[in-house]
Amino acid sequence: MRFLTDRKRAEGKGAAHAGTGHHWHMIVSGVGLALVVPAFLYIFGSTLGQGRDAVLETFAHPAVAILSGLVVVVGMQHFRSGVQTLLEDYTHGSTRKVTIVLATALSYAIMATGLFALAKIAL
Amino acid sequence: MVELALPKNSRMTRGKTWPKPEGAGNIRKFQIYRWNPDDGENPRVDTYFVDMDTCGPMVLDALIKIKTEIDPTLTFRRSCREGICGSCAMNIDGINTLACIYGMDEVKGDVKIYPLPHMPVVKDLIPDLTHFYAQHASIMPWLETKTNAPAKEWKQSIEDREKLDGLYECVMCACCSTACPSYWWNGDKYLGPAALLHAYRWIIDSRDEATGERLDDLEDPFKLYRCHTIMNCTKTCPKGLNPAKAISKIKKMMVERTV
Repeated sequence: MRFLTDRKRAEGKGAAHAGTGHHWHMIVSGVGLALVVPAFLYIFGSTLGQGRDAVLETFAHPAVAILSGLVVVVGMQHFRSGVQTLLEDYTHGSTRKVTIVLATALSYAIMATGLFALAKIAL
Repeated sequence: MVELALPKNSRMTRGKTWPKPEGAGNIRKFQIYRWNPDDGENPRVDTYFVDMDTCGPMVLDALIKIKTEIDPTLTFRRSCREGICGSCAMNIDGINTLACIYGMDEVKGDVKIYPLPHMPVVKDLIPDLTHFYAQHASIMPWLETKTNAPAKEWKQSIEDREKLDGLYECVMCACCSTACPSYWWNGDKYLGPAALLHAYRWIIDSRDEATGERLDDLEDPFKLYRCHTIMNCTKTCPKGLNPAKAISKIKKMMVERTV
């Protein structure tokens, strides 16, 4: 039992003076994904059913490799920010902090793996 | 973690079914949430039958009739009975609304009445709005000025006054905030649609000189940015206001300060 006034509880620790950057980043990365994902899906779809060599040749093309790289980097950054929001919504305390660290690590791991695979194909 | 099930002491039990009024031909069934903090029992749903031929058209009319003629222990807030005071906010037929302006003809089948969701209950249909009101107070819902007060009045153009339309009408009934999943999960820190609508009302008031400070106080991942534009607030507002739009305008102003 803590004897806090209602106003004290409502004010909490005050404003963090942050969040707008995250909000703007989600908008910018969302717009970016709206542009690159359809193009990537079209190329990815066109390779379905082709042989391994043909697929590798498609993704080795500089424009396709750059596009795929953008999908991986922007997509994972968007994923990281989105999952952070989700975890902030549904978890609390230490669980919130640990899961945000794990989700961030996962997004960077996927990003690094994707870029490595693209580099290996394209270079 | 978010709670997906009710705590043991909040689980609903079957309540009392009150007798039907004798000689009545036009009867309507009401299922109403009941909980008394003094008896130590779980909440229950009582069933009442109301003679609609001798009852007014609004849900509040039926509640008053039940309290007057059937069960005087039924507890609920009410005052103006015309949608101005916001006292009789409750969940009717799954919708947060004001019982005084919600017609029973809008409800199909039995009328199910519960207190506003995800708030501590004081008794029966009365939620504890202490934190909600404190959050409203925290956004400084008054005119803040640095310039010395004019001899007569703070002037405002007709165009600037019109910007307050759709905002000043909010009666703080809490229907919107208690319909918001973000407010359910993080209501301790997220200000909720009602407080944010009021915050925007003062941010865009041409006479107010604390716009920057108001935006500073809102720039927070939880106070403001828990709004995910779910729009439950706008859908449920019994006054037809649009808190989600007001919140999006605040976010836009935040971005304009930095980009």
